[in-house]
Amino acid sequence: MAPVLEVSGLSTVFHTRRGLVRAVQNVSFSVNAGETLAIVGESGCGKTITALSLMRLVPVPPGEIVSGSVKVDGNDLLLLDEPAMRKARGKQISMIFQEPMTALNPLLTIGRQIAEMVVLHDGLSRRAARDRAVEMLNHVKIPEAERRAREYPHQMSGGMRQRAMIAMALACKPKVLVADEPTTALDVTIQAQILDLIGDLRREFGTAVVLITHDLGVVAETANKVVVMYAGRMVEEASVGEVFANPKHPYMTGLMSSIPRVASARGLTGIDATARLTEIPGIVPPLINLPPGCAFSPRCPRSEDRCLAAIPPFEVKGPDHSAACWRA
Amino acid sequence: MKTGFLNDVVYLSRRYPLGVAGVIIMSVFVLAAIFAGTVSPLDPFTTNPRASLAKPSADHLMGADMMGRDVMSRMIHGARISLAVSIGATFIGSGLGAALGLASGYIGGWFDLLIQRAAEVMQSLPLLVMALVITASLGPSLPNTIIAIAIPLVPTVARVIRSNVLSLREMPFVEAAKATGMSEFRIAVVHVLPNTLAPLIVLATAQLGSTILTEASLSFLGLGVPEPWPSWGRMLSESAAEYVRTAPWLVIFPGLAISLVVFGTNLLGDALRDALDPRQRD
Amino acid sequence: MATLIEVNELKKHFPIRKGIFSRAVGAVRAVDGVSFTINEGETLGLVGESGCGKTTVGRTVLRLVEPTSGEIKVRGQEITGLSRTDMRPLRRQMQIVFQDPFSSLNPRIRVNEIVGEPLKVHGVGNKTERNDRVEQLFKRVGMRPEQMTNYPHQFSGGQRQRVSIARALALDPSFIVADEPVSALDVSIQAQVINLLMDLQSELGLSYLFVSHNLAVVEHISHRVAVMYLGRIVEYADKVSLFANPVHPYTEALLAAVPLPDPSLQRTKHRVTGDVPSPINPPSGCHFHPRCPIAVARCSEERPMLREIAPGHQAACHLR
Repeated sequence: MAPVLEVSGLSTVFHTRRGLVRAVQNVSFSVNAGETLAIVGESGCGKTITALSLMRLVPVPPGEIVSGSVKVDGNDLLLLDEPAMRKARGKQISMIFQEPMTALNPLLTIGRQIAEMVVLHDGLSRRAARDRAVEMLNHVKIPEAERRAREYPHQMSGGMRQRAMIAMALACKPKVLVADEPTTALDVTIQAQILDLIGDLRREFGTAVVLITHDLGVVAETANKVVVMYAGRMVEEASVGEVFANPKHPYMTGLMSSIPRVASARGLTGIDATARLTEIPGIVPPLINLPPGCAFSPRCPRSEDRCLAAIPPFEVKGPDHSAACWRA
Repeated sequence: MKTGFLNDVVYLSRRYPLGVAGVIIMSVFVLAAIFAGTVSPLDPFTTNPRASLAKPSADHLMGADMMGRDVMSRMIHGARISLAVSIGATFIGSGLGAALGLASGYIGGWFDLLIQRAAEVMQSLPLLVMALVITASLGPSLPNTIIAIAIPLVPTVARVIRSNVLSLREMPFVEAAKATGMSEFRIAVVHVLPNTLAPLIVLATAQLGSTILTEASLSFLGLGVPEPWPSWGRMLSESAAEYVRTAPWLVIFPGLAISLVVFGTNLLGDALRDALDPRQRD
Repeated sequence: MATLIEVNELKKHFPIRKGIFSRAVGAVRAVDGVSFTINEGETLGLVGESGCGKTTVGRTVLRLVEPTSGEIKVRGQEITGLSRTDMRPLRRQMQIVFQDPFSSLNPRIRVNEIVGEPLKVHGVGNKTERNDRVEQLFKRVGMRPEQMTNYPHQFSGGQRQRVSIARALALDPSFIVADEPVSALDVSIQAQVINLLMDLQSELGLSYLFVSHNLAVVEHISHRVAVMYLGRIVEYADKVSLFANPVHPYTEALLAAVPLPDPSLQRTKHRVTGDVPSPINPPSGCHFHPRCPIAVARCSEERPMLREIAPGHQAACHLR
């Protein structure tokens, strides 16, 4: 099966007054239909800029996608002119955001906003577009879809708004859905509902999903493949089972041992919940001022001389498992 | 890091070249105003029928007016009144407005209600009309002109500062100060007020220009600083209609001076706003 | 262990005002009859979703928000009626650390002044003594004293949270309300701050009211846990028993909803449906009944009270 989304060598920079910020460097991955790839990392690791680069929504200037390709079904989005790209957004590749309130137009009803998309991309009549909007709201399990379609975003709860945004993003059946921290602003019980929903729709529509998150729990429960990013680069890529069972990069190892877990996850097997957490010392380095070698080396318990001297190549370290570490 | 005053000056001027330009412009005007007696080439009050409406020349660098008075000398002396009125009124108006806005936003309740309604009533009157009423009742003099121009500025400043304070007083750092047992007054002064500085400076510099013009209107109506004291605003308003074609220097030079002062204070204000904000440093 | 904080039937209703005369037309029952105790050197975790009132509880206990009714006792002393002046000495014992490390520090003040401010307010020592104390606090929270004269924006989120903690420690308090102190931090930084808080507790014998929506963090740091839903505590137990044997259906639902960082665990997905209702007009009876998988008629009619299910384990459910 050929992957629906193929990203290779993607690099995005920002021209700032203080100099060139390499926000995303040489990112490559692919996602099959009906699959979820999670991009994990902390603030400033480049995961959101990667998402925006896929959509070509990076503000230019100061931003610039300097190299790489983003192929959806073999067509490179980065080669499209702006009108063609506008057509591709929503139809080929769609995005949902962390805060649905800011991504929805407060002055238009939910139904109208979804219908606009459908009219624009699929050339449906107003009536047919409205029906499609209601159908989509039903799809995302919004109760009383007819009535809800006539409501404005502020009349809905956070969870409902996120559902509405998903309905809008999927209304034209795009091949790829980019979800940037879609549940971070939501409560736990609502988060679970939304994650289930994205999973169901992905299977139903065969959408390839790129999920941007910082939450390893969300990754473990929803992703098939995982890309770990640190300071603008990919540091690890593997299937979800591999990455959690057998993390190669010390950053990923560190993250996994630094998060507290609820007892039910530990099977109550007598792990002392009050034991000290393993810390990753130091702070995430600012992208403008990266250390010369591996960006993680100043915080890495295993770093040695060559880690400080040269950036490790991103290479295969095992079956279906790649990492950028001299010592892995 | 400890730095001397001189180091600070060097550092700040490197960082805010436009601010330095503002300082230079304002210093020139202020110095001219202070030393008006020494720097002005002629007496600003001496009339000379033969020089009536004389063009700019070696005798009269900026020409002469209807009565043959030297425009440059009148400009230099006029700087006193114009700057005193504009800077004075802006300071008093903004200061009073900031204090009321702070109190109104921070104390809230009926006090807030009272101040806001009062501000609305004041804002419903045109600026000039209010200034007219005040000078008419106080009588024309320099301090009264300043007060008359300052008072109408108060409600605008008060309302902007109040809305700022309303969001600031909910900030966690204000709560943290409360949790230490700090008095409300000190919280308002130490934690809230300094964070309203940016809008306050922007507002004040924006108003400075209009105060010069209000003074002109008042003087034109005979309610400003009494004759024969010159001010830029009056020079401009007296000659604008009549002489703009025949003796444009009567209009150009005061107009230019007013624009320059407004420009200078804006440059200075922007630099000041940034320099006073620690987040803009380093 | 001696009881440090005792809260009885605490209520906080925020009036909803409308019209030009600001008439109260209703109330948000943010906290609606909450009782708990915190012992010396103990951490009580307060969990719940947004709008459940957990943050208001923290604020009200410190009297940063005035309670509508109820008792708050600090070492047996009732503090709800105390005047500002009478509160002042108590303020030294009770401090707070906020969620957002950016808005909790005044951007225009250097961090050494921020940390030293509580000392100044309470007139502790002279200038040199205060400086020494600030330096010592800085070292204690793991920061370099050279950074003391920097402004807040020059620090990362985790470092700012350390500054916040240093400020809270300045007056040697015995009780700290920690309001989502790690929620805004990066995952790799959270562990640093959690460890710091736990070290400080064992070293200084601090008590915490740890408010959070993150169950894993709460389980890690707390001794006992209270679960809140729409202004009420629905379950209250020691940590082990709460996480091993949750009794209230809401606690079960919360635990089931937490995504676990282990793909090998295939868990049964029993999800609660629906949204968290508004605290302006909460459902009758048990607030959770519209979303509860096991609700019966009685649940919509009668409010279940907290009662002991097992020793040290209380829950408010008619059916368990």
